Amino acid sequence: MTAVTQTMPAAAAPLRKTPKGTFDIVFRNASFLAALFVLVLLAGIMLSMVVGGWPAFREFGFGFITSSVWDTQNDQYGAWPAIVGTLSTALIALVIGVPLSLGIAVYLTQLAPPWFKQPVATAIELLAAVPSIIYGMWGLFVFVPLFAAYVQVPLSNIVEGLPLVGTVLYSRSPSGLGIFTAGIILAFMIIPFIASITRDMLEQIPSVLRESAYGIGATTWEVVRHVLVPQAGVSIIGAVMLGLGRALGETMAVTFVVGNANRLSASILDPGSTIASRIANEFNEALGLQLNALIALGCILFFVTFVVLVIARILVSRVKTY
Amino acid sequence: MSMTTPSVGSQTPRAEWGRVRASRRTADKAMKLIATGFTFLAIFVLFWILGMLIVKGVGGLSLATFTQVTPGPGSEGGGLANAIVGSIVLTFLGIVVATPIGVLAGTYLAEYGKGSQLANLIRFINDILLSAPSILIGLFVYVILVEPFRGYSGWAGGVALGIIAIPVIVRTTEDMLRLVPGPLREAGAALGAPPSVVITSVTWRAAKSGMVTGILLALARIAGETAPLIFTALNNNFWFSPTLSGGVSNLPVTIYQFASAPYENWQQLAWAGSLIITVSILLLSLIARRIVRGSK
Repeated sequence: MTAVTQTMPAAAAPLRKTPKGTFDIVFRNASFLAALFVLVLLAGIMLSMVVGGWPAFREFGFGFITSSVWDTQNDQYGAWPAIVGTLSTALIALVIGVPLSLGIAVYLTQLAPPWFKQPVATAIELLAAVPSIIYGMWGLFVFVPLFAAYVQVPLSNIVEGLPLVGTVLYSRSPSGLGIFTAGIILAFMIIPFIASITRDMLEQIPSVLRESAYGIGATTWEVVRHVLVPQAGVSIIGAVMLGLGRALGETMAVTFVVGNANRLSASILDPGSTIASRIANEFNEALGLQLNALIALGCILFFVTFVVLVIARILVSRVKTY
Repeated sequence: MSMTTPSVGSQTPRAEWGRVRASRRTADKAMKLIATGFTFLAIFVLFWILGMLIVKGVGGLSLATFTQVTPGPGSEGGGLANAIVGSIVLTFLGIVVATPIGVLAGTYLAEYGKGSQLANLIRFINDILLSAPSILIGLFVYVILVEPFRGYSGWAGGVALGIIAIPVIVRTTEDMLRLVPGPLREAGAALGAPPSVVITSVTWRAAKSGMVTGILLALARIAGETAPLIFTALNNNFWFSPTLSGGVSNLPVTIYQFASAPYENWQQLAWAGSLIITVSILLLSLIARRIVRGSK
């Protein structure tokens, strides 16, 4: 016993201290630097957009945002049609996608039989794993022809000549491509994100609340409407904002189906373009000021999505999303 | 108020109650039906997309798809060999860039930083990067790596994919490390191990399968990315140079360029490529999900 207590500290401690101590410091600093790198990334993206787009902002000033001209021959660029296209496709995506997502979340948490929950949840999550470009292929080659034949043409015949709807819903060339088509495709792309966060939120609500509502005779719909939704309210809005962030920046799927028109049209069924689709379309052929104008578009997209995502993350605050 | 004397006014209140209940029941039934219908609509779209890929893609699959390079405009036949290998190289490069940074940053957030103000800020920013539009990351890499070096390269493509993968790995690493019970760390520390050794040989080991899942999910996320590659790796119709300079062929951009081209063999290849890429990504995410569920 005495021999052990005497030899132990003398042999082990001081000998090993130096190499392990160095590794400890190196490891700690390396992980700290890696974490800081995340901040550097965001700052770098912001800076590169501002610097890259600066010549366009300097040339056109505030008019870059409000002008509708996109003329590569005379080097005149304005972002307005792309901004409107981005906002309107995202808005359409929300109008269609949010009710669908909420319905799915309610089905998954309240209605689905237990054995069926997992497969359905997986299928919905796989919608998020399908690459953007595949949505584009589906949109362009499957959805667009059907949409043109069965929605655009009949709808245009009905609304022709009517006030307001006659402009907003009338398509001059019913090709199936357009802002509205892009919005529909986007809706299906954002569904998995909104639905899975809302589902997680609904599942976190203590079941006592639900059970007591059922106890006083509420129907399932009333429980959802008056107990669950108010409880999860703010975070559902956060989930919707997160979906909005996705919809604003989606590129490939939109580029396939939006029609890529540079002009602004009064009808949501006509072709248009979004910031992302404009960049994807023109970037590789762009030179000089056009390139700066495209990066400036990216800069606008960055600040819009940044604000939306900040609000979203504050509202959702830490739900599992992969 | 009519509750007290059921025998006197029983007729009217009961009829009223009955009517309300019927409408409530109808509303309930209608909403249930709508919620179920919405769910099946979303599932239907998933299977519609998969069905479309199988119907249009299987016809284009042959041995040549995997052995021959992408055909030039107007030439016959061809395959996707260079695009498939290029995609694998770029995706692998992205993961190689992202894994050390992502794992270390996630480790900092879970082990060293924990509740500190800075860690909270980094976590918040990471969550924002997680859903930032990938096209912006492509533009960013174009500005810092393509423009200064005057040329598209596989390196730029790999870095762009890596930047998209980093937030995914940071997030999963942190989440998985947080699941490791504290006493395990304390036991390690009690043996005299410094924090770095506790983390690398106790915490990491305990969270290994979860961390691998994070990397798999990141892989699935970047394998189908198209937008960032248009500005960085671009594409070409030949075998790319081993130094990865110049355009590096890859599946997503090949699909993008071939899909609406006027040549029939290009369209065939675009469909075959879409099938290959989607099936691989869906399998990857299914495997990752299986691991997560197994470890829980």
